Formats: sequence, structure tokens, C-alpha cells
Amino acid sequence: MQPTDIRNPQYFHKVVDCQWACPAHTRVPEYIRLIAAGRYDDAYLLNWDSNVFPGILGRTCDRPCEPACRRGRVEESNGEKPEPVAICRLKRVAADNRSDAIETRMRQRLPERVPDAEKFRVACVGAGPASLTVARDLAPLGYRVTVFEADAKGGGFMRTQVPRFRLPEHVIDEEVGYILGLGVELVGNRRIDSLRRVLDEKYDAVFVGCGAPRGRDLHVPGRDENTDKIHVGIEWLASVYFGHVKAVGKRVIVLGGGNTAMDCCRSARRLGGEDVKVIVRSGYEEMKASPWEKEDAEHEGVVILNWLNPKSFVHEHGKLTGMWFTPMRAEHDANGKRKLLPTGEPDRLIECDEVLIAVGQENAFPWIERDLGVEFDEWGLPKLDKLTMQSTLPKVFFGGDAAFGPKNIIWSVEHGHQAAASIHNLLQQDDVRKRPPPLTNLVSQKMGIHEWSYDNEITPDQRFVVPWAPKEKTLKDIKQEVELGFDVQTAWKEAQRCLNCDVQTVFTKDICIECDACVDICPMDCITFTANGDEADLRTRLTAPALNLAQDLYVGGPVKTGRVMVKDEDVCLHCGLCAERCPTGAWDMRRFLFAESYAGRGEDYSALPAKKVAA
Amino acid sequence: MTYLPKPKLHHPSLQRNAVGFTRRDYEGAISTLCAGCGHDSISAAIIQACWELDVQPHRVAKISGIGCSSKTPTYFLSASHGFNAVHGRMPSVLTGANLANRELMYLGISGDGDSASIGIGQFVHAIRRGVDMVYIVENNGVYGLTKGQFSATADQGSKSKKGAINTDAPVDMVGMALQLGASFVARSFSGDKTQLVPILKAAMSHKGAAFVDVLSPCVAFNNHPGSTKSYDYIREHNHALCRMDFISPRDEITVEYPPGELREVRQHDGSVLRLRKLPESHDTGDRVAAMNYLHACQARGEIVTGLLYVDAEAADLHAHLDTVPAAFNTLGERELCPGSAALAKINASLR
Repeated sequence: MQPTDIRNPQYFHKVVDCQWACPAHTRVPEYIRLIAAGRYDDAYLLNWDSNVFPGILGRTCDRPCEPACRRGRVEESNGEKPEPVAICRLKRVAADNRSDAIETRMRQRLPERVPDAEKFRVACVGAGPASLTVARDLAPLGYRVTVFEADAKGGGFMRTQVPRFRLPEHVIDEEVGYILGLGVELVGNRRIDSLRRVLDEKYDAVFVGCGAPRGRDLHVPGRDENTDKIHVGIEWLASVYFGHVKAVGKRVIVLGGGNTAMDCCRSARRLGGEDVKVIVRSGYEEMKASPWEKEDAEHEGVVILNWLNPKSFVHEHGKLTGMWFTPMRAEHDANGKRKLLPTGEPDRLIECDEVLIAVGQENAFPWIERDLGVEFDEWGLPKLDKLTMQSTLPKVFFGGDAAFGPKNIIWSVEHGHQAAASIHNLLQQDDVRKRPPPLTNLVSQKMGIHEWSYDNEITPDQRFVVPWAPKEKTLKDIKQEVELGFDVQTAWKEAQRCLNCDVQTVFTKDICIECDACVDICPMDCITFTANGDEADLRTRLTAPALNLAQDLYVGGPVKTGRVMVKDEDVCLHCGLCAERCPTGAWDMRRFLFAESYAGRGEDYSALPAKKVAA
Repeated sequence: MTYLPKPKLHHPSLQRNAVGFTRRDYEGAISTLCAGCGHDSISAAIIQACWELDVQPHRVAKISGIGCSSKTPTYFLSASHGFNAVHGRMPSVLTGANLANRELMYLGISGDGDSASIGIGQFVHAIRRGVDMVYIVENNGVYGLTKGQFSATADQGSKSKKGAINTDAPVDMVGMALQLGASFVARSFSGDKTQLVPILKAAMSHKGAAFVDVLSPCVAFNNHPGSTKSYDYIREHNHALCRMDFISPRDEITVEYPPGELREVRQHDGSVLRLRKLPESHDTGDRVAAMNYLHACQARGEIVTGLLYVDAEAADLHAHLDTVPAAFNTLGERELCPGSAALAKINASLR
């Protein structure tokens, strides 16, 4: 193999699994260290810079970071249950403990205004996370941003579909408020029904962040009777939020296996549903809902039934009494594609009083005139440049669920960042595809012979559980938040589980004397000195086999004897013992900084708080 | 030197051996030696060898004297017996322990100061008697604990870190061990575990006095230009005698070699030492040839490493003395105190 080019920042970026997996590339280990140090404001602002909604995401994020977290792999065959660091819930700790001065400190760290930016007007359609991110990125630069929202308040689905027992309303108010406080104009109660009219108002750019607002229906026999007892899930959740729905039947069936289904069934449990079943066509493992959301629902007494395909609704004497289901099984064809087939067992009747249909969401753009130049593909989604989020009409951009179909909040935020950068380029008559360069750095953490400026001791602790409000209380009051968040002591302990993967092991071949000290000390057998070979061959010849192909081999050398140093990044603890045992400093622990940059921030912009505050 | 203990977490694929231990179970406390010390690599090689040999840690006694090398038993096999003896007195403590309990495996850990200077007399007699042990000298040619004076194994003409030239002739412990009748003699290098681990495994399986001289650079005081015990110097002058594979009695011999390419030595316990790329001229069963080869290499300025000599059928001290074939702690009172009649009989034989 060729020696690894560590000058390419994407190499070490990939080693920071959580940051790499995060759509917005939030600097997770850095904020976890700030939380451990009790610097909650700094931790919050670091998050705010990347993901805009730390308090909301700290409760509701889909957490792509956690399945990626190295801690989960490291604990394999080392303890009872390997678990990643509770990254998401630590983020909430930063939000819960931030000070009252947070808005002041936020303003100190905003980028410089762009000269004459106030000449430009940007319209955002929908006040969900994507639009609000565009507004957050563009307003501080001086652009005049107007956000149109059909509801009275901003927040979009975060406000109307995510139930209050998962996300209290004050959290949304605060974080939407920070953005509006930057000088963003919110026009509430204004549903946009014509893009042409928006364009006629001479906006310089339009961002469409209207989400995927249409819940998919289920057209099986009996659907058209008793429609007051059969609801589309996301519409029903919104009705619950607005207070139009205050009760539900005792026996409730929720159709679908995604996170909306979980929100529906848990809401139903709080509104009078005693026998609540989630019924899914496919298997338990394949359900789209996050594992923890399934656990939470089951904890509240919800029953999940799998492999049952809805066949028809049953009405007796004018009342909805149940549903018929066909038992299913999965079959994989020659191409490995899965097909669901009836097992041949007799259909099952499941009784119920009310049905919630949560089988997916669809995009709908009836308000975009098809002759404006915004083209759509065969699935009804806009044709976009995936990098810039620009549509075929240059001044119109899309993001969030409106762009590529339903995803999640953190993806919406990332779309918003990219769209904002593109809009800034467009307005500055720059190349729209140009991306603001990330801020990168690699700095030694050595402070003395045994002293590092990060806490390199590895705790053996297993993941800590977030405390819950008692079930008797949460099931009675739909506004009672279930998770109470870590207290600061537990948060500190959980923060210690983080392996500081952004503190990189950096190898300098010229000063290596091949004493093997690093090989001997490494607790995870990550390091090998051996004859070079191709990657597939090297992976089998290491001190411990490198079987995780998703993780890179770091190749350094050749060293004096002609061998190469090969480090398998997979389960490195970043404990720094290789560097401590290295007599020459050929190994060093260096903190790697990779900060995404956003609209209008040039190479001279510093996302590091110190510089900005000092100035 | 490291203050933090090594984390208990291990690689998910870490294997257990036939006696149920992982390699990590053979480790000891974290080393307090200087970073990069060759001795730590030797400790790692001992750990690896014991794991591969399925050694029961509680059936091992590690005995050492004084010095950097003699500190190392703390850093491996924490579940084994240990005795840190007076300077240079490891061999006699080991001999006594071995006589009392012949059923343990004895690792004598010493250095060039401990064995070639203050303890040279002890070294000589333990080897000469054929005590069943693995005598490991961690040889760095320097007194590291007292900041880098030449030791007795430092080569004539080599230079100290401060610039002084050594004028004394060196003690060649490998040559002495051969001459004194050691039945297993090898030399290796801490920086080459692929050679060192099989040698240690062979020595541990050997019945009799096994002597292993391991060149082990002192990074703090003897790893500079002008030193003949530095990583660079040893690598440049290393003449590896042969490649040795250690095949335990359990292992199946799978790879076949054409005749003439290798020589196999079968030891007492059934283990096989397979020697590859051994020069035609060298016979590992010939003590005189081994001594000649050693001196010839030395004269050419080469450091010969590898297995130099092995007598697979050697007898040890217990055989010489015809001792009871069991550890004393397994004998009952009747065997240990045979009574006045037996005493009278012994006394009578001396009259």
C-alpha cells in the first residue's frame, strides 16, 4: 500500500466516526470534552454552529453518530452489552445547562457581515429546520430573509408532529427564537399556494423547505367508512398538537413501522388508548423506527406485531370494529431483492376502535407551477444539484424533506447549510458550486512526559441510562416529558466514555527506531510493523486481523528496515499509550480539528471561540 | 514510562489458548522502564511465548536479581511466582527453588550487570550444574540504572554516550555458556520478535540449562552512534544463523520441505525445533562447532543470532543428583522424615 496521505483532512475526519457519520459533521468529541469540563455554553454554541437546534436534536435526533461510534465496537466481547456513547443525550446536557448569557455569546461568534448584503431578499417557504438553517446562515451576513409558514409559529414538523412528551414546546420556542432574533422575518399563518407569486415579488432567491407534508394513505376495502375513526398518522399528530384531538378509542391499531408510528402509538397511550398495537408488514428488525424508539414504545405497553399485511377494515352496525390482516413472510430473489409473500396461513382479525395510518409520507408540490422552469423527476421530486441544492430554476433551492423525500431533522439542517452557501454564492455572483473551505488543524496534545491536554484514561463504564419520569405520570399527561436528561454528574461519567477519536495518532517515519514499544503497549493490538503488501494481504497479516473493511489502515513508512508501520484504525482507543511509550516522539497525539464552514465564511474565519472572543 | 495503567479493553478478536487464557492474561503491571527500552519487548516476547505454549501462569517461577532487567518480572506473568533476589544471586536462589520444586518452570531473568559482573560466579555454577531453567540475560552493555557506565559485556572500542571509549575486553556470555556445558544456547535481539519468540518457546520446552542472551538496546544510555548495542548497530551487524520454527508436541506438522533445506531437532517433551536456512557447515548438535562458529562470526564483526547449540537429550541437575522425582511439597511426612532407623542407616554408611 502507499503510505497514507494524512495531509488530506478527510483521512482523519473519517477516523472521527461520529463526526463523519453526522450529516452536519458536528464536532462531537470536542463538545463532549467541553461538557466534561462544565463549559456548557461553549458546548452548546459548538453544536449550534453545526446543527442549529442542539436542544431539539438532543431529544429527537436520529443519531446517525451513535451506530457509528467507536465505543460500540471497542466494547465488543469486552462486556455484557456493547453500547456507543450516549452522544445525543449529552448534547441535551449542553442545552439544559446553558447559561442565560447564551444569546449574547452567540452574537459574539457570528461571522462578519457581507458588504451590501441588505440589498438582497431571500424567501424561505416553510419554517421547518431546513428553512430556519438557511435563515440562520444568511441573516448574520446581512441578507434580508423572510420565512413563510402556514402555521402561526415556526418549527414545522418539529412543532406539529413530534409529540410534546418527547420535545417540550419551550425548547422549540427558544431555538426558533434565537434564529428569529438574528433579524429574520417570520410571516406566520401564510400558506404559500403559488411559487409564481413568490417569484413575482422579486425575491433574489427562494428556498423551498416545505417538508413532505402529505401522509400516505392506505386504500384497502372499508377505508371510506367511519373516517372519523381512521386517521392518517401525521395529520392526527398535528391535530393532537393543535388540541383538536383530545381522546382516542380504547383499542387502537397503528399501521406502519417508522418513527411516526412510534409517535402515534405513544400519543394514543396517553389519550385513552389502553390496548395499542403497532402492526407492521415486515419483521421487527427491518422496521424503520430507531431501536430506542421501539424500546420506548414497548416500555409503555405498546405491542408490536410483525409480518401482518393490512387487508381490510371491518365495520359492524356502522361502527369500526377491527381489521383483517394477511400473515406474510419474506423471500429473497436471485438478486437478493426482498419480496413479501403471504404465508398461506388464514387471515387474522384484530379488533379495534380506531386506526392510525403511519405508512409513510409523500412530497407534494401542487403550489409550484410546472411552467416556471422548476423541473421534477418521475417520482414527483425536484431535480436538484445534490451539492448545491439548486433546482433547474437557478434562483430556487430546495432542502429538507422537500428535496429528496422524508429524512430527518439533522439532514434538513445540512441541506439548509449547503443551500445557504449556494444562495450566498449566487447573490455574490460567485460559482454556485463553490463550497466554503472547512477549517482544519492538527495540533500536538503533549504537555509533558506523561501529560496530555486531553483526558486519555479509558473508563471501563458501560453506557449510563437516562432517567425517566414515572410511567404513571407520563401516560396521564401528554405534555409530560418522558426523558429527564442526564444530571451533570452522570453526564460527566458518560462523557468519560468518549474515546476522543479526534485526538489522532500521528506517525513520523523518519524518527522511528523500530523498538516495538508501541506494538507491545497497544491494548487493542492496532499496530504492526511488517513487510508492505496490498491492502487485502496486509489486513490478514497484522497483530490482530483488520476485518472491518469500513475502517482504514493507516500506513506509515517505510522505516529503516524497509518495513511499513500499519495501524488499523478500527478499535483504537486513542489512549495515547503508543505515544507515551515512544522514545523518539515518532508517535504523537494530535488533536484534529475539522470544522465545516458555512455561507460567507472565508478561509480566515475561525470557528474557534477563543480567537473571536479575544478580538 | 507510563503512569496510566494499560486499559483492560482488548481487541474483540483476542483468542483464548488451550488453558483458557488470552495473551493479555499473561501481562503484568505497566512497565516503569524508559520508553522504548528493549527489555519491554523481551517481556512482550515472554508473554507471547507463554500464551502460545499454553503455560499455566501459576506453574511458573520468575526469579531475578537487581537492575533494569531484573525489574521486568513485575511487567509480565502477574499470576506467577516471583522472587527478586540480591544483586547477582538469582542463580543460587533459582537453583534452590528448583531443587525444592522441580515441577515448576523456572525463568531466570538477569542482565549483563547482574550476570557478567557481580553475579558471574553464580552464573557460571548454575550453568555448569545443568539446572533446568531458562536463563535470560537482557544484555544492553551498559549500567542503565546508574546512568550509563560500561558493563562487562560492552565491546572493546565502543563509545559511551558521554564519549568515553571502552578499553576492556568484553565478557562473552554465549561463549561462556557453551564452554560451561549449557545444553541450550541461543542469542537473539529484542527488536526481532519473530526470532525471539520461537527461541523462548524452545528454551521453555528444553529440559536442562537453557541460556538465552538477548541483545536489548538501552534507549536512554546506549543507543547512539559508536555504541555496538544500539538498534541500528545490531540491525546492521546481525547475522541470523537460521530461521527456527517451534512445533509443540500437539501441533500437526503440515508443511513439507525438500530434504537438505531444514534440520529438525526433537526435544525431550516431543516438541520439534525446525531449523531453516541453517548453513551447511553448522551443526547445532556440535558444541565445538558452535563455539567455532561464534568466534568466527565475532572475528568478522558480526553478531550471530539464532539457536547456536542444543543437546536435546541433556540431563539436568536432578538427574545428576538422583533426587526424588516429585516436588517436596507433594511428599508426605513419612517421606520427609523417614525416622530414626533410616537416620541410623545413613550414619552407619558414613562410619
